[in-house]
Amino acid sequence: MIYVNNLCKRFGKLQVLDNISEHIQKGECLVLIGPSGSGKSTFLRCLNLLEEPTSGEILFDNVKLTDPNTDINKMRQRMGMVFQHFNLFPNMTILKNLTLAPIRTGLRSREEAEKKALELLRRVGLEDKANAYPAQLSGGQKQRVAIVRALCMEPEVMLFDEPTSALDPEMVGEVLDVMKTLARDGMTMVVVTHEMGFAREVGTRVLFLDEGRIQASGTPDEIFNHPQNERLKSFLAKVL
Amino acid sequence: MEQYAAWQALVKAGEATSWQKYYVYFYQAFVDKDRWMQYLNGVLTTLYVTALALLIGVILGVIVAVVRTAHDQQRPGKRSPVLGFFNAILKVYVTVIRGTPMMVQLMIMGFVIFASSRDFALVGALTLGINSGAYTSEIIRGGLMSVDAGQMEAGRSLGLNYTDTMRFIIVPQAIKAILPSLGNEFIVLLKDTSLISVIGGKELIYAARAIVSRTYEALFPYLGTALIYLVLVMLFTWLLGIFERRLRASDLR
Repeated sequence: MIYVNNLCKRFGKLQVLDNISEHIQKGECLVLIGPSGSGKSTFLRCLNLLEEPTSGEILFDNVKLTDPNTDINKMRQRMGMVFQHFNLFPNMTILKNLTLAPIRTGLRSREEAEKKALELLRRVGLEDKANAYPAQLSGGQKQRVAIVRALCMEPEVMLFDEPTSALDPEMVGEVLDVMKTLARDGMTMVVVTHEMGFAREVGTRVLFLDEGRIQASGTPDEIFNHPQNERLKSFLAKVL
Repeated sequence: MEQYAAWQALVKAGEATSWQKYYVYFYQAFVDKDRWMQYLNGVLTTLYVTALALLIGVILGVIVAVVRTAHDQQRPGKRSPVLGFFNAILKVYVTVIRGTPMMVQLMIMGFVIFASSRDFALVGALTLGINSGAYTSEIIRGGLMSVDAGQMEAGRSLGLNYTDTMRFIIVPQAIKAILPSLGNEFIVLLKDTSLISVIGGKELIYAARAIVSRTYEALFPYLGTALIYLVLVMLFTWLLGIFERRLRASDLR
């Protein structure tokens, strides 16, 4: 579904991603782990071109995203993204947050978009917040709304950039639950996270990044229970 | 009137008490020969120039800010040469305007570029507007940049295009940051209209100076002028306050 070929990203002299090639398959839940500064967030942000790769190419559904002539807006409509800091629009109600993109991109009429938004809100237990503003929600609620906002575009893949890192510990669970349901329903997901429990339980494949390279790749069982790579071993020893 | 004539004679003879003297000066400054009309006309010109300059300044400021922000936020691989060209011109405009004194700009506009024009107030308003546009553009640009980068990313990640993201997400949030500084710029503009008297614009200071040159007495005309400006600015501040509160009331949270 998504092919990454020889992806490199440099910020000035700093080589953040060093020649990464990877294939993300439909329906898989790929979890990216690694120490901070390893390039996992940058890798994720390159997938929908929020970060412009220095070199290399990214293909989504056989369309070359890195080609300057590609209509990136059209492609992004098919890729949802959830951010560490939620990035809800504070000047709009929750319902507006959810319906702005579907309406403006012509995906749905206003009525359809609102119906769909309310239905999805109900599924995460927040239908009573439709007319609230983001500032009135807790962190966990905000992140669930942010997930719903991405889902309202009916994306084919969901990108999660440390979705629970900015949350109070007691709110992590509610967000992970939503993500688990999503994974079980067969959504293709790429998740950058520090939640090893989630990676182990929900991930179908785990990538370990360090110094801009994929150091290890495998099933959760291979990565967590039988790590081969020395860096991976020392990383796991610190976080588990 | 009779009292004024009598006391004026005393002042001329050098026999007036200070109370009588100041009464005569005050009378000369505001009442005699209906001079208050000159102040009133001056104030009207001042307001007219301010309003016109404000309009020009805001329109210019928005255009410059939008072009420059759009230029800076292009995708690295997809830079538009047209935008680059206009961006370069606008940068020169902002640099030149901010780098030269307003007085010099007025003189160049009034005595060189529009030397043949007799509509001094219009030339003044144009100059002030062009000047204000440079500052306003930086205020607006600053406001747009003050919105968290994550907002733009969130909008774009949903597949919204740049214009829609700006229109529905960035600009509404930026306005709150822009308004106070913009109010400040308006106040500066209002007071700076006094400079157009150097090219012959018949605004408030021009009127005051004309009266001083008749009466040879500067105290009341200039004091009165200061007071009028103060009242105007206070009125302006008050209106702005109402406007800002309205804006905040519309997004209670």
